[in-house]
Amino acid sequence: MFRRIGDPAAATVTIEIEGTLVKARPGDSVTAALLASGLDFCRHTPVSGTPRGPYCMMGVCFDCLVTIDGVGNRQGCLVPVAEGMKITLQKGKREIGQ
Amino acid sequence: MSDTADAIIIGGGIHGCSTALHLALRGLRPVLIEKDYAGRHASGVNAGGVRQLARHMAEIPLSARSMDLWERISDLVDDDCGFECHGQVLVAEDAAELEAMRERVAELTLHGFTHEELIDGAELRRLVPAVAETCPGGVVSRRDGAADPARTTQAFRRKAEALGARVFEGLKVEHVVREGRDFVVRAGEKTFRAPILVNAAGAWSGRIAAMLGEAVPVEAIAPMLMITSRVPAFIKPVVILRGRKLSFKQFPNGTVMIGGGYLGRVYPEENATVLDWRKLQQNARTVWDLFPIMREATIIRAWAGIESRMPDDIPVLGKSARHEGLYHQFGFSAHGFQLGPGTGAMMAELIVTGQTNTPIDGLGISRFLS
Amino acid sequence: MNAQVPAGGPARSTYDVIVIGAGPAGMAAATTAARAGLSTLVLDENTVPGGQVYRAATTSPLAGGTVLGADFAKGAALAGGLATSGAEVIQGATVWSLDRDLVVGVSRGGASRLLKAGRVILATGALERPFPIPGWTLPGVMSVGAAQTVLKASGLVPSGTIALAGQGPLLWLLAAQILRAGGTIRAILDTTPKANYLAALPYAAGFLASPYAFKGLALIREVRAKVRVIRGVNRLEACGTGALSSVRFEARGVTQTLALDGLFLHQGVVPHVNLAMAAGVEHRWDEVQHCFHPVLGAGGTTSVEGLLIAGDGAGIAGAEAAVERGRLAALVAVKALQPEASGLPVLAEVEAALARATRGRAFLDRLFEPQREYRIPTGDETIVCRCEEVTAGQIRQSIAVGATGPNQLKAYRRCGMGPCQGRLCGLTVTELMAEERGKTPEEIGYYRLRAPVKPVSLAEIASIPPDDAAVGAVVRG
Repeated sequence: MFRRIGDPAAATVTIEIEGTLVKARPGDSVTAALLASGLDFCRHTPVSGTPRGPYCMMGVCFDCLVTIDGVGNRQGCLVPVAEGMKITLQKGKREIGQ
Repeated sequence: MSDTADAIIIGGGIHGCSTALHLALRGLRPVLIEKDYAGRHASGVNAGGVRQLARHMAEIPLSARSMDLWERISDLVDDDCGFECHGQVLVAEDAAELEAMRERVAELTLHGFTHEELIDGAELRRLVPAVAETCPGGVVSRRDGAADPARTTQAFRRKAEALGARVFEGLKVEHVVREGRDFVVRAGEKTFRAPILVNAAGAWSGRIAAMLGEAVPVEAIAPMLMITSRVPAFIKPVVILRGRKLSFKQFPNGTVMIGGGYLGRVYPEENATVLDWRKLQQNARTVWDLFPIMREATIIRAWAGIESRMPDDIPVLGKSARHEGLYHQFGFSAHGFQLGPGTGAMMAELIVTGQTNTPIDGLGISRFLS
Repeated sequence: MNAQVPAGGPARSTYDVIVIGAGPAGMAAATTAARAGLSTLVLDENTVPGGQVYRAATTSPLAGGTVLGADFAKGAALAGGLATSGAEVIQGATVWSLDRDLVVGVSRGGASRLLKAGRVILATGALERPFPIPGWTLPGVMSVGAAQTVLKASGLVPSGTIALAGQGPLLWLLAAQILRAGGTIRAILDTTPKANYLAALPYAAGFLASPYAFKGLALIREVRAKVRVIRGVNRLEACGTGALSSVRFEARGVTQTLALDGLFLHQGVVPHVNLAMAAGVEHRWDEVQHCFHPVLGAGGTTSVEGLLIAGDGAGIAGAEAAVERGRLAALVAVKALQPEASGLPVLAEVEAALARATRGRAFLDRLFEPQREYRIPTGDETIVCRCEEVTAGQIRQSIAVGATGPNQLKAYRRCGMGPCQGRLCGLTVTELMAEERGKTPEEIGYYRLRAPVKPVSLAEIASIPPDDAAVGAVVRG
């Protein structure tokens, strides 16, 4: 739903989204990297299990919740990407203690 | 022009609403006056524990009467109030605590009460699989459970209204006087008159009692609660501790409520409370220690309801020591929710028949009047 | 405990001034306070200063280019001033608690601290007004602000077939930026009712004299030359199963459908009140802007002693006004805590600059007053509370059985009880309840908000360091 403009060589950070390696720019938020990746970016709501995508990108809607390096329910739009970061999408009700 | 009723109840918490309902069931036409809205304070925002477990001896008969009503709550108020009976468990954190619990259960047995049952570590882990390995046992009260407090208070209020009680919300009582046999209550633009007055005003009941010459040491307190985001079901009973403060419970929707009676600061005249995160830190620490499964859980809300507490931590109940027709029902000291249904029934019985079969010895207001 | 205070956390546990938010108001406030010699801490949730309007002001891959426009460069200047002011600035810091004793609970890198301030300046800015239409929760539907955020911070341009729907300056700005970045827009669905033009007319003189007039009109011309603009859009609806596939709407009495990959919604911004409300600041309903705003005294003082509010969180007035309001709030703090400080901005000059910056607001407020049908869903199926998935119909049912205000609705339906804490539903709920119950929004009120205003992990709460100064005696300057 988005494409990158600017210098493609600037994407120097490698992150892993659901097992797929993806290049991102330093300064990208996790959610921005997800949107740019062309991969599935939806989570499922804990209430009804319907798919949801990011909505506000400024930390208020909580629709971009992802699991980052094993820690769940993080607001992907507020977390900057870092080399080697592993992101998994929250499908279904989130388990605790993982 | 004053509005005449059979009885005036001040306070739209679970207690005021329950007494209104039970008076209406006995054919009276009460008026209930609430300064905010029914269930605005402690009654609507407490932890929802329906607990006979670990009660003061003086409250046990009343608690038992209430439990009978909780078990048929739908018949009483046409709403199940979200009541679920999965027991409440008092967890011993060490052998010394377990020993104290053994003595308590033995003493209860001597008095003829059998609702508390001592359990060993195996039974504790069967009931509460997620509890820390180090806990040696505890006490269970198997008929106990939890309900939705706001829904419960609303259900009592609605049913009372359906039976002829009149509820006035947003009216603050400014003045109460005795005129002949009647009490005259001025609230906002309105004046009410009735021969019976019930003071169920919670944290604000001290003011009402003082207006009628029965000043007693009621303290306003603000017990704090926290709730987590939804997590998979892992615990059914409500868990409480004896040494450290904790009450812990998971709702059917997966969220977990953490309480235990840590107090925030309270500004009753502003309806305001301020949370004390220093104390909530201790509360969270206790959960951390006791339930390792909760260590990654997220706190999504915290709050405090405004409640009344007496110096001896048990309520003021029954007839006034000074005025015929005046009744007190306050000071539940952060454990009055379960008592609501039964106390309302007892109060209505007392008001209408002059006596009650449920012993309330030791709970009268005279204990604070010199 | 797994939580350790990460490196780069606050250097102290008490400060003269804690500024929350590093948008234009926060940057200006902190710069002024720190230059006056006050120990000043800035806590900001983003990774770099700038707030929303100047997001990534110093790091944007598009900075300096033509896409974002000339005004964007002002953000870098403010950030530069802040960097040399002597203020301690902590990015990636989420403030989750603030109370009347000016104790600030802040989370950063998985650890939380309680800090104490002599004065707190809230500069939490604005958020986009909820836009509750059928299908607004579908993946593929985002806010205009969201698209602008990823454009500024990451150089991402919407691709595929997209439309923008709604109204307001930000919508036109984004449209222009997308076009300049080489993107295409299938249509702009303008929801501004005709009546708004008439209502705004009496205020046109003030607007024409404002800095916004020329730029705004030029922007609209730029966009209209390249994009089909459909005006008077009613009954807007996002359609699709599992994801957006089209948008349906009515214009001039005709129902139309456009197949889409992306739909971006916007109908103005409203003050972000959660932290202020949780601290106990008195708020009032604004009949023109259809939102709650804090009740403020001179320089942004509030009903909570020592707590000041600056920027759009004080009421929507835009970035240039935010800078001046930030300075004014800082001057109040300086006067109280460091009255002998010199070299400060001159009060009268700041006030004059504020007056200039707010000229034309009345016109914009009326021209872009959001339509009733997009503030209060007419259908029962529309989701109001996105977190708990509560529909307008369910709210109406709850009102019918006795819910009288937003706080009771929480108990009836869990409405507003999810992690966003009412940010995406609060205003809708207030107005919907007011309509159903025949009351004013002021009488209905808002959710009672509490800390944590953003979720915080149990581990963090359990590990708050015991030596934080927030404990014990409360001292005010």
